[in-house]
Amino acid sequence: MDNPKPIISIRNVTKRFGSVVAVDDACLDIAEGEFFALLGPSGCGKTTLLRMLAGFEHPSEGDILIGGQDMSDVDPNKRPVNMVFQSYAVFPHMSVARNVGYGLRVTGVPAAEIKERVGEALALVKLAGYEERMPTQLSGGQRQRVALARALVKRPKVLLLDEPLSALDAKLREAMQLELVRLQQSVGITFVIVTHDQDEALSMADRIAVMDSGQVRQVAPPAELYEFPNSRFVADFIGKMNLFAGRVAGAADGRVLIEIQGMDRIAVPYGDQARGEIGVAVRPEKIRLAPTPPTDGEIGLRGRVREVAYYGDESHVFLETAAGVITANRPNAARTTTPAVALGDELWASWEPADTLVLTE
Amino acid sequence: MRDWRRDKLAFSVFALPATAWLVVFFTIPLVLIWVYSFADRGPQGQVIVALSLENYQRALEWIHLGIIWKSIWIAAITTVLCLALGFPLAMGIAFAPQRWKNPLLLLVILPFWTNLLIRTYAWIAVLRTRGFLNSGLEWVYDRIDGALGLIGLPDLLGPFQPLELLYNTPAVIIGLVYVNLPFLVLPLYATLEKLDKSYLEASLDLGASQWRTFVSVMTPLALPGIVSGTLLVFILSLGTYLTPDLLGGPDSEMIGNLIARQFGAARDWPFGSALSFLLLYAVFLFLWLRATVATRSKGVGV
Ligand SMILES: Nc1ncnc2c1ncn2[C@@H]1O[C@H](COP(=O)(O)OP(=O)(O)O)[C@@H](O)[C@H]1O
Ligand SMILES: [Mg+2]
Repeated sequence: MDNPKPIISIRNVTKRFGSVVAVDDACLDIAEGEFFALLGPSGCGKTTLLRMLAGFEHPSEGDILIGGQDMSDVDPNKRPVNMVFQSYAVFPHMSVARNVGYGLRVTGVPAAEIKERVGEALALVKLAGYEERMPTQLSGGQRQRVALARALVKRPKVLLLDEPLSALDAKLREAMQLELVRLQQSVGITFVIVTHDQDEALSMADRIAVMDSGQVRQVAPPAELYEFPNSRFVADFIGKMNLFAGRVAGAADGRVLIEIQGMDRIAVPYGDQARGEIGVAVRPEKIRLAPTPPTDGEIGLRGRVREVAYYGDESHVFLETAAGVITANRPNAARTTTPAVALGDELWASWEPADTLVLTE
Repeated sequence: MRDWRRDKLAFSVFALPATAWLVVFFTIPLVLIWVYSFADRGPQGQVIVALSLENYQRALEWIHLGIIWKSIWIAAITTVLCLALGFPLAMGIAFAPQRWKNPLLLLVILPFWTNLLIRTYAWIAVLRTRGFLNSGLEWVYDRIDGALGLIGLPDLLGPFQPLELLYNTPAVIIGLVYVNLPFLVLPLYATLEKLDKSYLEASLDLGASQWRTFVSVMTPLALPGIVSGTLLVFILSLGTYLTPDLLGGPDSEMIGNLIARQFGAARDWPFGSALSFLLLYAVFLFLWLRATVATRSKGVGV
């Protein structure tokens, strides 16, 4: 995603509400045609950042550029972006067709063209034939499609979506995730989506910015974010993670030696400099469980099974070890009802040193 | 816990005082007035119970129809002015910062803490020939006159002629707008306050101007509050008695005054009763219209 010309540039933007710092010195470039996600826990400032892009809030400090143009003096109704609101905000007193055509009517587009474009937009979101329905006659998912069509019919440079799927039930949410991606690819508009759901962000976005208490912590494509988080916060927030507190005991030929309470000293490949107290992390699905100690080169840890959580496709095994409880995911590959792991089993957990993350932040 | 809705006895016991109160002081007098409205007036003004429609026929004579028509006009103008003043006011309060809302609302209902009579007398003090308004105007007038004198144009304006602001229909309308404004602002404020602001933001986001957003989104969504408020103001103004009595002139008599006169000086209770019931029917008519509009537009959230 090294597009030289970003469609959105957020430059050192800070937003304060009284003493609350909602967005803290954020810097982001979003490329044209990108599906970009703002991900973070509730209250971290995602909506505020999105509303600044739409023009409903003004940065306390910093600049926002859209299509290379400074937005500080541009009102919301003059910006080349459109928003799908979290509540959808489909006008309850207008039919579907009038809702979708609203943004064209108010800017004086001729009636014939409105009719045509509304028809196209409704077809795009699979609501053809719903023109005369009132919003009260629609389901939540359909109302959301109306909101989508209403924004897309304006052909914006950027479409902003605030938690668009949070009000839908799980099945519909999954279907809509795929559909939004398909839609974005077919219209080629830059999408900026706000979500607190990491699965949503990982499965949909080209790039994700992880936010925490107003700050952008990491911006990366999904796989990079998942496999190479740059901080304890990101590692813990994205997916599941076994986190240990460690201390650097030395370094030798591209590896750091780390001491962890309750474990033998481990050697982990690590390119940078690290010293003092660090975080050590390993994903549950990278951990194997076996009744015997691991072969040479692998990191091993002995423990007793304390709990097994069954999820159908996989089971999460919680192993009580001297270094604390660690979680290992086992795929339920065989068709059987006899659990492969039972409570109280003495097992070895092991993983590749290369799967170990060293977190200095 | 017992459910009071199921427990008929407990319910009846608790509802008894209020019911008795309403029956004795509301229903019985109303029935009495209704019976009177078909009665005849005796030579000394006694009520002779009968079954005549004469009172209603008299009420529909031209002279009385004129007063009714004029009352409707005054009430209508009052309502329109209240809406014109009250809508921006309600909007201002609804969109004010949170900590300002309650103080501002308090200011709107503050006049209720003073007696209506006293507030109306205050308007007399403001509007009369030597009242505050005319004195203020005279002061400005004199300054201008003096200034013109300084630049060599003395006596150009002549002596100050106080404006006749009191004892006419405009004075009644001013008084009615003043008295009834809170009844429009409060329901409208309640509607606007509940209105999801993202509808307005969505409209702006789609390229509509502020004005277009006001006309095409805010007003339709605020319609329930507008209807409640205007109807309330209209009904209250239509039946008003005190304001035209104190601020009005000979030609600004309204139905309320006509009715009051029948029960007072004219000693014609049957005719007064018939007029009262005509007013009541008119109010029912407006309420029915409102209910019809409400059910018809239910599907669109109004
Ligand atoms: N209009 C506002 N006035 C005051 N504080 C606000 C306002 N909007 C947001 N905040 C505060 O800013 C922080 C970030 O909010 P928000 O951007 O809505 O978070 P998110 O969308 O990530 O859940 C929160 O602490 C919130 O209380
Ligand atoms: Mg939010």
